[in-house]
Amino acid sequence: MMTSFLDVGELAQHIQAAYPDSVEEQTASHLWIKPPLIADVCRFLKEDPELKLEFLNSISAVDYIDHFEVVYLMTSFEFNHSTFLRTRVPGRGEPEVPSVIEIWPGADYQEREIWDLMGVRFEGHPNMKRILLWEGFPGHPLRKDFQDAVEY
Amino acid sequence: MPIRTEPITVNIGPQHPSTHGVFRLRVTFDGEMIVDVEPIFGYLHRGTEKLAEERNYTQIVTLTDRLDYVASMTNNQAYCLAVERLMGIEVPIRGQYLRVMAAELQRIASHLVATGFLLQDLGALGTPLMYCFRERERILDLFEMLCGARITVSYMRPGGVYYDAPEDFWPALDRFLDYMPSYLDELEQLLAENEIILVRVRNVGNLPLDRLIACSASGPILRASGLAWDWRKADPYDVYDGLEFDVPVGTNGDNLDRFWVRMQEMRQSLRIVRQCVEQMPPGPVRAELPLVLRPPKGAESYGRVESPKGELGFYLISDGGISPYRCKIRSPSLLNLTMIKDLLIGWKLADMIVNLGSIDINMGEVDR
Repeated sequence: MMTSFLDVGELAQHIQAAYPDSVEEQTASHLWIKPPLIADVCRFLKEDPELKLEFLNSISAVDYIDHFEVVYLMTSFEFNHSTFLRTRVPGRGEPEVPSVIEIWPGADYQEREIWDLMGVRFEGHPNMKRILLWEGFPGHPLRKDFQDAVEY
Repeated sequence: MPIRTEPITVNIGPQHPSTHGVFRLRVTFDGEMIVDVEPIFGYLHRGTEKLAEERNYTQIVTLTDRLDYVASMTNNQAYCLAVERLMGIEVPIRGQYLRVMAAELQRIASHLVATGFLLQDLGALGTPLMYCFRERERILDLFEMLCGARITVSYMRPGGVYYDAPEDFWPALDRFLDYMPSYLDELEQLLAENEIILVRVRNVGNLPLDRLIACSASGPILRASGLAWDWRKADPYDVYDGLEFDVPVGTNGDNLDRFWVRMQEMRQSLRIVRQCVEQMPPGPVRAELPLVLRPPKGAESYGRVESPKGELGFYLISDGGISPYRCKIRSPSLLNLTMIKDLLIGWKLADMIVNLGSIDINMGEVDR
């Protein structure tokens, strides 16, 4: 038995039924949710009896220069299926995404890590400070425009 | 007349022998009871994810060795699986068997370290730890025969393994497999029949299952609390599909169960290694690949293994170049550490070190 990935089309319909107008874009393999609704959709997917995506495998963020993409991977132990959920946040300042820490406490360190290394803030996180680097570190090193120090 | 007390904050680490690496805890005590904990880490942060963006796909294997440095083989395996999925590479069967065999030997080595340090943390200084390290040494010797290195192995490559095992590896592995079960019996007897140890670990540091799932915990600590979830069974990779093994599960989720699950997993690993030796067909060990790998633009993959600590995953994104555009490492040690408040608050100072040791974190992997 292998962990199956949910069909994006069906998943998008399922989410749209509960949260109309929450899907920003969908392709054959990818699904983007509008940033303000991401936490609500995550809660829905976790609590929905047909999906039961109760385990958050990981959160990661990717820098695409004109926007950041936050990627959530979640799994259901009961049905052994997984899905990726994405959201795009435009801008290069300190873009904000709603935190999912209320839904999955396991998001705590990962969201702090994304803030630390990628510079995306999570709104509603109670302790949004750096985790791997020290306070006062200049910039966010995983950003593509981060300048390495000239000398150490 | 009651004596007025006030909480005292103690700093433990980052240089402390029982924190298992450079890890710092700011603990607030009320008398002997822990009332608050704040973990502070990042002392070993080397920016692996950033370094990976500047190296080609084959070179990154050497970076993965240095994540969880007591389980390098499984790190290699997770990364190689991710690259193979990214490019659609088929690994030769013999290569897959060699990988599974090496990964299971590594699991035994890693669990031996965890068990040895559990005893060390309980106050049995030195001797039991050295019993465990003595056996781990045999596994490291086997690795040395396989690939010339003992810790930072870099044995696996995208497409298979570096090289087939040499002739004299097989008799040495046979000797190890013959000897190891009796040693595990001895170790288990030393622990499970020792009243002093049992009193210290039974019903200490219990973790409820629902909380573990919510906190994204994985690996032995999840199974010790009663969920039989093992990615080798749930989402088989390499040749795990065709191998027989059981997933040991605890009931209480206390320190004893976590130790017990690791003991049983070592026995299951021996079973898997034996099956690999019996079933391994002759043939090539590595797929024919170009020297520099260039996955298609926009390709994405998530490769995951059940490492000794839990779910280790690599999330790779390609932009068509020779290095990944993004390489995210899902590290089990970091996420298992989310449980630290549940694990420590309400327990005594003397239990703190044991509870922390029982989740078996590795700072190389937490800080990356």
